[in-house]
Parts: sequence; structure tokens; C-alpha cells
Amino acid sequence: MSAKRIPAVQCRDLRKDFGEGATQVQVLRGVDFDAKQGKLTFLVGPSGCGKTTLISVIAGLLDSSGGQVELFDQNVGQLAANERILFRRKNLGFVFQQYNLLPALTAAENAAVPLLAAAVRRLEAVDKARSLLVQLGMEQRLDTLPSKLSGGQQQRVALARALVHEPRLILCDEPTAALDHVTGEAVMELLAANAVHPNRAVIVVTHDTRVFHYADAIAHMDDGRIVKTESRRQTEQETPDFDELAVRT
Amino acid sequence: MNFVALKMLTGDRAKYLGLIFTIAFCTFLLQNQTSIFAGILKRTGSQIGDVTDAEIWVMDHPKTEYFEQTKALKDTDLNRVRGVQGVEWAVKLFKGSPVARTLGGKFAVSFCLGLDDASLTGAPRKMLLGSWERLREPDAVVIDQAGYLLLFPGEPLRLDQTIELNDHKANIVGISDASAPFVSWPVMHTRYSQAVNFVGRERTQLSYVLVRPQPSVAAKELCRRIEAQTGLRARTSNQFRWDCIRYYLKNTGIPVNFGITITIALIVGVVVAGQTFYLFTVENLKQFGAIKAIGVTNWRLIGMILLQAFTVGIIGFSIGTGMAAEFFNFFGQKLATRGIILLWQSVALTGGCMVFVMVFASILSLRRVLVLEPAIVFRG
Repeated sequence: MSAKRIPAVQCRDLRKDFGEGATQVQVLRGVDFDAKQGKLTFLVGPSGCGKTTLISVIAGLLDSSGGQVELFDQNVGQLAANERILFRRKNLGFVFQQYNLLPALTAAENAAVPLLAAAVRRLEAVDKARSLLVQLGMEQRLDTLPSKLSGGQQQRVALARALVHEPRLILCDEPTAALDHVTGEAVMELLAANAVHPNRAVIVVTHDTRVFHYADAIAHMDDGRIVKTESRRQTEQETPDFDELAVRT
Repeated sequence: MNFVALKMLTGDRAKYLGLIFTIAFCTFLLQNQTSIFAGILKRTGSQIGDVTDAEIWVMDHPKTEYFEQTKALKDTDLNRVRGVQGVEWAVKLFKGSPVARTLGGKFAVSFCLGLDDASLTGAPRKMLLGSWERLREPDAVVIDQAGYLLLFPGEPLRLDQTIELNDHKANIVGISDASAPFVSWPVMHTRYSQAVNFVGRERTQLSYVLVRPQPSVAAKELCRRIEAQTGLRARTSNQFRWDCIRYYLKNTGIPVNFGITITIALIVGVVVAGQTFYLFTVENLKQFGAIKAIGVTNWRLIGMILLQAFTVGIIGFSIGTGMAAEFFNFFGQKLATRGIILLWQSVALTGGCMVFVMVFASILSLRRVLVLEPAIVFRG
């Protein structure tokens, strides 16, 4: 049994409210959620249950109203705004449902954006992005604008953008929702093959039950809480931690 | 990220070109109107500037307010001015407006400047044809090129043409390059004694006394002494030109007309450029959200937006200034618009206005980007 590593994400009693007084809405009602390094964790649940809010809070894009979020043992809530941005830039990668590629940049340039944001020289950044895109099967479309790419190709570029700076945590929001089944499968295949890494955790928010078989763990969410966590696959690096499979309410 | 900012800007061709077009035309219009405005006002004192021999103009106080409206002085005033300590010399100058008529029947009201018979002080120094020294000949006049072409349209410049000035025969002995007056009348130079004959004898004729101070005396100081000693009004050439400009600013609709055009150009520039840039940002909000989520700081985003704004601003301003320069280069060669040039002050003023336009446009856009929740990127 390998040495126990620090969890990538650890949420405890996490709460998030929107609005105040009579119009206040509690979206997260004491979420306890863990995601481990080397695992592909799915976050599933009905629309409006708070999945997107949860990954927004985990990513530091929204402030929590209470509770605690730790990423790699770092309490993100205690970081100053600027430190949080720098932490996010270094440690997090994103894959969005609508890709959110910059329409004026080529595929390679889009994939290089996180490196450019970290002040890496342009040529170096684009070169690295190109190599990664080649790995993802995009060698023919490196200099193509997003408008000329199919949905699946755009999502591959988004995946390259999420991976290019080698982050420790990748957050994917409905990465297959805008894709047909075959393309969605292909994207998930690439995600599982390229994103999952012993020192990296991947969290995927999805409704798409057809891709559940890629998950190492699935956290079910409902009404602002994690209602069930289940392990789906067992990786070679680590045996399942059955304590983590306990239902949290 | 500067590269990303510039690619985002140029990627939306329609808005990018629209912004440049707006800034360029706003710049052109502002530089064009302010330079023409200044050029026209400068013309109100053209004939003052053409007199390079004397530094001080003495005139009636308080009736002579600007060059074209003169109340005649008494002939004895000349000697009173000469008696002021610090005066190197003082000579008389007459200004009248006789009607010039050619033998072919073409006629025009003209400016007639009568120069001191002995010294010919105030004679045009820039001659295109002939010589101002020939003004000593009987009936001699020097006419400016524009006036000549007005009276002799289509004819080549030629000396010894005969014209009538208020029914008195006059012989053109020279064609000058006198500065364009405020109204497009011919500018005639002749001797004082002859000019008063052309215009018709009145009880008093002396329009101005032109004075040169002694080298050791400052012009402004001498003006003060002349005013104190004679009760007349004495102005340096520069002061008198500004008096003319102020008179026209105060008493004509010129500033209002130009002011309206300049204001509208500025408003249209601000509104169109601001709105286009704002729309450009709003349409890219999701992209900015993604960039923010990826980990770009607000300061970097401010830098990106300012870079975008100032890139279109500088390109548009350069194109507009080039257009204005070409405009004035072309029309500066026309007689009617000679002397109206693109002023560096106008370029600087317009540059300032364009900085205001782009800062305004940036602030509108920045507000949206800075308050943008990066979590927007997770909304489908």
C-alpha cells in the first residue's frame, strides 16, 4: 500500500448563500467533499443542486459563506484575493461546457493562454501548446481559429488549455454536454488518458450518465449537499479508501 | 497577455476598423476645424504681421479697436508720438477701402495701405513680380497675387496693368505675396500721399502711426510711454493682432459656428468610439471571464483593455492627423485658403481629446470587466 497522500480537495461544512434577508437562497448547505490526487472524480446531481456553485467555490471564483475549502492542504479562503488568483493560475486548469475559447486566437494560441498569463514567452508557450495539441490528435488544426473547429475539436483545445501549465487540479464543467455521444466519449477518453495523473486530481461536473464509467469516484449532490459518494474504479496506485465512500448527509 | 489583448482587438475586424475609422474622422474633423478656426482668426491681423519694419502701432483711443475699423488721427499726432522718449522713428500709415476696377469692367473693394512716402515703411517684402521700390513712381501700386487674380481672372501675372481706384488711374508696378486678409479683398500698397487721393480727401486721414523703438527700449515699455504722453492707444504688433482676434471672437458668430462643429465632433467621437469599444468588451465578457478564471489579475486586465483602447486610439489618431496634414497641404496651395495650416497646437489639443475619448471608452469597458464574476464561465 502506497503512502497516503494529501487530498487534492477537501471541503468541510461548505456553505454558500446568495442574496440577503427574505430573498436569501442557500445553494450549498454544508458540503463535505473530497477529491483525491490521481483520481477522476465526478460530481453529479440534478440541475440546480449546486454543482456549479461548488466547483466555483473550490476554484476560488466565488467566496464561500461558511465552512472550509482546502486545496492540497492550502486553505484557499485564507488567501488574499491576489494570492488566490496566483494560486489558481498555477494549480488549476478549467474545461468549460461552452469551451470559452478566444475566437481571435488559433487553437495553439488558445491552448497557450495559461502560460501567457504566467508571463511565459509567447513562442515558448505556443510551442508547448502545439506539442500538447499534437498529443491530443489536433496536429492538423493547430493554426485554425475556433470558429473553424468542430465542437469536439474545440473541447480538445480547451482540454489542452487546461493541461498546458501542468496544474494539480482540473475542473471540468459539463465537458460533454454540448457534444454528441461519440464525440463526448472521445473527449472523455482523452481526458481520462491525459488529465489523470498521480499528482493531479480531476473533477468533472456532468449529467451525462453515458460517461460515468470513466469515473474513479462519483459524488452525488442534491439540494446543496453531497448525498452519496461511490467508488467506481480502482487504480493501480491506490486501494480504495472505504471510509471515503460513506454517505455524507 | 499583450499579444492576447491585441489579437482579441484585431480579431473582430468590423469593430476594430469601425473604432479606427471613428477615431480617425473625429481627429480629422477636430484638427481641421480648430486649424481653420485659428487660421481665419489669424487672418484678422494679417496686414499687421506683414509690416515687419515697425514694432508698435499707434491708433486712436478708444475708437480703433481692430485693424479694419480705424478712427483717423490728427496729423499732429505723428509729431507727438515722435516726441516720446525711446522712439527711434515713427511714420504714418493710411488704411482705406477704395473700389478697384479694371479696364475690362471687373471690380472689387480693396484694402489700400498708404505707406510713408519717404521711407515706404510697411511695404510688402515678399514680392512675386516687380519691386516695391517702384512705389515711388507716379500712380504706382503693388497688388497681392490673390487680388490680381480676382481682378484679372485667368490672366498671367503681368506688370504695368492699369486699374482704377475710385476713378483714379493706378499702375501695377509689383505683385506681392501679401498674407491673406480676413475678407478676400485685394491688398494694395501705395504711397501715403497717393492713397489719400485714391480714397478721397477727408479732414483727417492718418490711420496709424508706425513706430520703431530705440534698441535699448522694450516695445511694451514704449507703448506705455506713448499712451501716457499722448493719450493715444499704442500696441505692439503682437498685441494688436491679438486685439483683432479678440474683437472677432467677441463680435462675430465665428467662434459659435466653429465651436458647434468642434463640440459635435467631440461628442460623436466620444459616443461612437465609447459605445463601439464598450460593445466590443461586452461581447467578449465571457472571454474575459475565462481569462479571469484562468488566473489573470485585474491589473493585467486593466492593462489589456487600456492597450486595446490606446492601440486603436493611436492608429486612428495617426490616420486622422495624416488626413488633416494632406488636407492642409492640398488646400494650402490654393490662393483662397493660403496661410491656413495644420497647427501643432491643434494636433496636441486633438491628441488630448482623443486620450479623453479612449480613457472614457476604457472606463466604461473596465467597469464591466472588473465587476465581472469569473464564475460566469461556468454558466452554460
